[in-house]
Amino acid sequence: MEQVLELKNIHYAYHTLEGETLALTDISFALNKGEFVSIVGPSGCGKSTLLSLISGLIEPEKGCIKINGKYQKESTTNVGYMLQHDELFEWRTIYNNVILGLEVQHMLTARTKKRAHDLLDLYGLGQFETSRPSELSGGMRQRAALIRTLVLEPDLLLLDEPFSALDYQTRLTVGDDIGQIIRKEGKSALLVTHDLSEAISLADRVIILSGRPASIKQTIPLIFKLDLDTPLNRRNAPEFKTYFNLIWKELNTDE
Amino acid sequence: MSNLSTEQQTYLLKHRRHKRIVVLSRILILLAFLLTWELTARAGIIDSFIFSSPTKIAACFFGMLLDKSIFLHLGVTLYETLLSFLLVIAISILVAVALWFSSKLSEILDPYLVVLNSLPKSALAPLLIVWLGATKTTIIVAGMSVAIFGSILSLYTSFTVVDPGKIKLIYTLGGNRFHALSKVVLPSSIPAIISNMKVNIGLCLVGVIIGEFLAARDGLGYLIIYSSQVFKMDWLLMSIVLLCIMATLLYSLISLLERWCLHRF
Ligand SMILES: Nc1ncnc2c1ncn2[C@@H]1O[C@H](COP(=O)(O)OP(=O)(O)OP(=O)(O)O)[C@@H](O)[C@H]1O
Ligand SMILES: [Mg+2]
Repeated sequence: MEQVLELKNIHYAYHTLEGETLALTDISFALNKGEFVSIVGPSGCGKSTLLSLISGLIEPEKGCIKINGKYQKESTTNVGYMLQHDELFEWRTIYNNVILGLEVQHMLTARTKKRAHDLLDLYGLGQFETSRPSELSGGMRQRAALIRTLVLEPDLLLLDEPFSALDYQTRLTVGDDIGQIIRKEGKSALLVTHDLSEAISLADRVIILSGRPASIKQTIPLIFKLDLDTPLNRRNAPEFKTYFNLIWKELNTDE
Repeated sequence: MSNLSTEQQTYLLKHRRHKRIVVLSRILILLAFLLTWELTARAGIIDSFIFSSPTKIAACFFGMLLDKSIFLHLGVTLYETLLSFLLVIAISILVAVALWFSSKLSEILDPYLVVLNSLPKSALAPLLIVWLGATKTTIIVAGMSVAIFGSILSLYTSFTVVDPGKIKLIYTLGGNRFHALSKVVLPSSIPAIISNMKVNIGLCLVGVIIGEFLAARDGLGYLIIYSSQVFKMDWLLMSIVLLCIMATLLYSLISLLERWCLHRF
């Protein structure tokens, strides 16, 4: 199967005057095309660092990252990175927020503009194009942030706890909602989350990280026997609880 | 209007009465002040040669209005203030941007900026005259010198407190530092830039007046210093009143700009 992403023996440490903080040690895994993988791990273990490395914001001290078979530095693949907060700019309308990435990458054409409008329409923000971010609910803002990432047509999506700023109920619906959108667009995605049920209901595979410095403790493939594999159906499936307990136990055992 | 509850109506009525009292009191204070001044001067309680009087000031103003000399003085001061203000804004934004681009540069220059900013700028004016001569340039530079260092420091500070998450977003979208500047730092600093303008317009006026004291043939500052030397107190006090009005108008101009920006962004 075609690999969108491949990490080999990644090490990373932060350096400050107070000392060195080892964040990641010997992380290796791969992501297949169209696959949705969740990463869970204790707080502060290095999950955001991992996504920053993959997106190229920082460089690994050891090891290599390949995207679509090319080293991260030479890669021309568009990697979409959705941050924990929506970071919508209040001085721009929703539409202008959504096309920010296109502006920055000089990709504003009639075609991409139309795509932005289409995506906004498709995901229920059509009549809010000229609104300011503060006029939208938390879930709508998160959807706008996702569209801002999607209009760049990324082959790989990185999601860093994108729902954690939402209240529990919105989080469930928006999480399921956005999970469906990503599946529908056929994207490969890497989702970092604290929420085990979110990880299980959305992903094909869950990677469990150890505490800092993070290394991979275990990878658990998720297999559900469902006619219609939606996040909601998964939550009600009998396998859900089994997986939940399995991952919970794995996270809470120190070797 | 008729569907307002009586409580709401009483509240609104009270509010309106409060507003009316405030405005009326303000006008009364001014009138009382002017009247006392005028009457005491006429009665000889205060020496009108030293303290002048409202009517003498007004007469003096109309005299200068008729021979048109007042327009020259007002125009010169206004021109010098606006020019030094615009230069201060442009230069301080450019320098603050440069400092933002290079944290090394900003760290290196920090002590110099702090020292220059805390220096009493009026001390520089005589030096400027020696260097640049008694010209308009000197006065404009004097106006700038009062405002520029503080302006750079405050703009740079406002650039550095921009939400790092928003800058990270630009990088995740494939942008570079220029994009971070043009899409995040500058737009989100517009309120800071405007409040910086509000401070600077006043400071530039101070600097220009200091410059005119020392090196001018025209302008309100020149009028003030000249009239004090020849003991024409009508001129002096009229110039101060005009200065008050000019400062207020310039400040209101920026407030207007602020309101327009608030509307747009
Ligand atoms: N810029 C930095 N400088 C120094 N240390 C850092 C920096 N960023 C993160 N760290 C440290 O690296 C470790 C991993 O950080 P990271 O943000 O990747 O964790 P995380 O798993 O995403 O945490 P959370 O679950 O809280 O989001 C943390 O212990 C943090 O203290
Ligand atoms: Mg994190």
